[in-house]
Amino acid sequence: MTDTATYTQHVTDREREVALFAYRMRHHVLDMGEEQGQGYVGQALGAADMFAAIYANRLRYRPGDPHWDGRDRFLLSTGHYAIGLYAALAEAGIVPIAELATYGSDDSRLPMSGMSTYTPGMEISGGSLGHGLGLAVGMALGLRFQGRGSRVINLMSDGELDEGSTWEAAMGASHHGLGHLLCVVDMNGLQADGPTKGVLRTEPVQEKWAAFGWRTVRVDGNDINALIDAFDSVPAGDTPAVVLCDTRIGRGVPFLETREKAHFIRIDEHEWDLARQALRAANPAGSN
Amino acid sequence: MTTTNTNTNALTDAAAAAADAEVKPTKPVRAKTSAMIASIADAGQKTAPAPLGHALVKLAEQNPKVVGLSADLAKYTDMHIFRDRFPERFFQVGMAEQLLLGAAAGMAETGLIPFVSTYSVFAARRAYDFLCLDIAEPNLNVNVVGGLPGLTTGYGPSHQATEDIAIFRGMPNLTIVDPCDSVDIEQAVPQLAAAEGPSYLRLLRGNVPTVLDEYDYTFELGKAKVLRGGNDVVFISSGLMTMRALSAAKALEAHNVDVAVVHTPTIKPFDAPTVLAELNTDRLAVTLENHTVIGGLFETVASAAVLAGVHKQILPVALPDKFLDAGALPTLHQRYGLDVDSIVTKVLGGLK
Repeated sequence: MTDTATYTQHVTDREREVALFAYRMRHHVLDMGEEQGQGYVGQALGAADMFAAIYANRLRYRPGDPHWDGRDRFLLSTGHYAIGLYAALAEAGIVPIAELATYGSDDSRLPMSGMSTYTPGMEISGGSLGHGLGLAVGMALGLRFQGRGSRVINLMSDGELDEGSTWEAAMGASHHGLGHLLCVVDMNGLQADGPTKGVLRTEPVQEKWAAFGWRTVRVDGNDINALIDAFDSVPAGDTPAVVLCDTRIGRGVPFLETREKAHFIRIDEHEWDLARQALRAANPAGSN
Repeated sequence: MTTTNTNTNALTDAAAAAADAEVKPTKPVRAKTSAMIASIADAGQKTAPAPLGHALVKLAEQNPKVVGLSADLAKYTDMHIFRDRFPERFFQVGMAEQLLLGAAAGMAETGLIPFVSTYSVFAARRAYDFLCLDIAEPNLNVNVVGGLPGLTTGYGPSHQATEDIAIFRGMPNLTIVDPCDSVDIEQAVPQLAAAEGPSYLRLLRGNVPTVLDEYDYTFELGKAKVLRGGNDVVFISSGLMTMRALSAAKALEAHNVDVAVVHTPTIKPFDAPTVLAELNTDRLAVTLENHTVIGGLFETVASAAVLAGVHKQILPVALPDKFLDAGALPTLHQRYGLDVDSIVTKVLGGLK
């Protein structure tokens, strides 16, 4: 890659760290996807930059002590994205990278849908959508009540905006002034039955959150620089904050980005190696 | 619906209606639905005010981890006693039951011991998924207090949680308690807080009858207790129906029928050994519950008996498998067979 040197000169250390984190995550996702032959690979590729921006740049945790009292809480409301979080937990040093090969297998600590009772670093059992934000409200109340300075970050998908419980929690967080609560929404525009705009119209999303009393920022969720800026722009404050991240399913592997969009992206058996090659070719940050 | 106050165990609503009738004898007596939560105390019965609220305050004075939450029903679930004593430890989430249970789970994850209150219909029907996955699956110590269990309001099916136990019994990890009176509630609250995992407590609120203090009884989580012995009939009961069972047992003495009463306030985990030891005799066996005949105490006892190979006919006193009428609570208890006279009639029929 001739432009690698130029690229690395432009990025700051922080951006570079996040970019490398995301790049390595994507490799883990492809490896796990190949091992299992299925999974939310497209979503995890799309969400990798958000995971990376949170774990490499934002979250306070101790890799060797996932239950450390002083940690920030990261809640994966979208339990289906477990494959993405496992990749992040491996890069964060909380789960051994070698263990990722057990993903979705019998007796693995890494089940297909995220569960707190299985995996170190998995704070909640997501998967029944629309639960994460309410749990986050309770954690934020509990941590504040006990005088602990931890921040709570809830990651959810835009499909979860369909759930009434999300909006119950949004009101609750605002009412109780949970300024140490951050919600990150993966706006990939796709849910089980098709594009979000055809399933249930949720736009204007940013205005909705603002009307519920939240600080809002909307960014390209696959632009690491923009993500870092967005998170920087909503530090802990008096009101909860939401970062709406427009992402592209399959991001990082060009031929998957342009593939027909489906809840489960189709990847044939011979394509996993091609995907890894494409990932390497498309991500100069990861080539050294 | 006309009611007459011939029953010595008549409810206060009926007594009041009858008193009105004495003043205006020309008007037909028509019992009123009255308040959302009608008192289940008999006229002149000893009661204790808001036993849940006072038990929570007492507990919280000793345990700083105890917090309270409600979904816009603190005042109607006796949680307001706790709220007023510990305002900084009470969290109002609004009329949002999914948030109520999700947030309680989140608070428990941070090490607190939440008691949350709403009506039973909302806990069981409306926010089941949140109790199941956020609380029960990770086995968190969240204690859900449900107001208006079974038939304790005349407001109709929207508020009558006639099937709450049936809904909850299938939930792993969840302890289910159906207290009889103020004694049960006062003693259950600290035990629920001390026990691991979640619980569902069927609330009796307001001026709650005090009944079990007259017996050699203490509430023990997970235990059934024999309140009185008897040679002819054995009652197995929970909740407010234990109060009725004790009254019916006394009334049956006049018919020379000797009745034992076994109170099993913990529905799950069920104390099968104690209950089956009492069931497995030649006596007429009757279960009594403030719940539909589907999936509650009757079926709990029946399945325990079948599992143990006990072949025994059981006569259920329970609500029918239907949506119930609106109206005055005493009228409805008579209509659906939960009042003492109906129990006596049923037992005498069963002995023939």
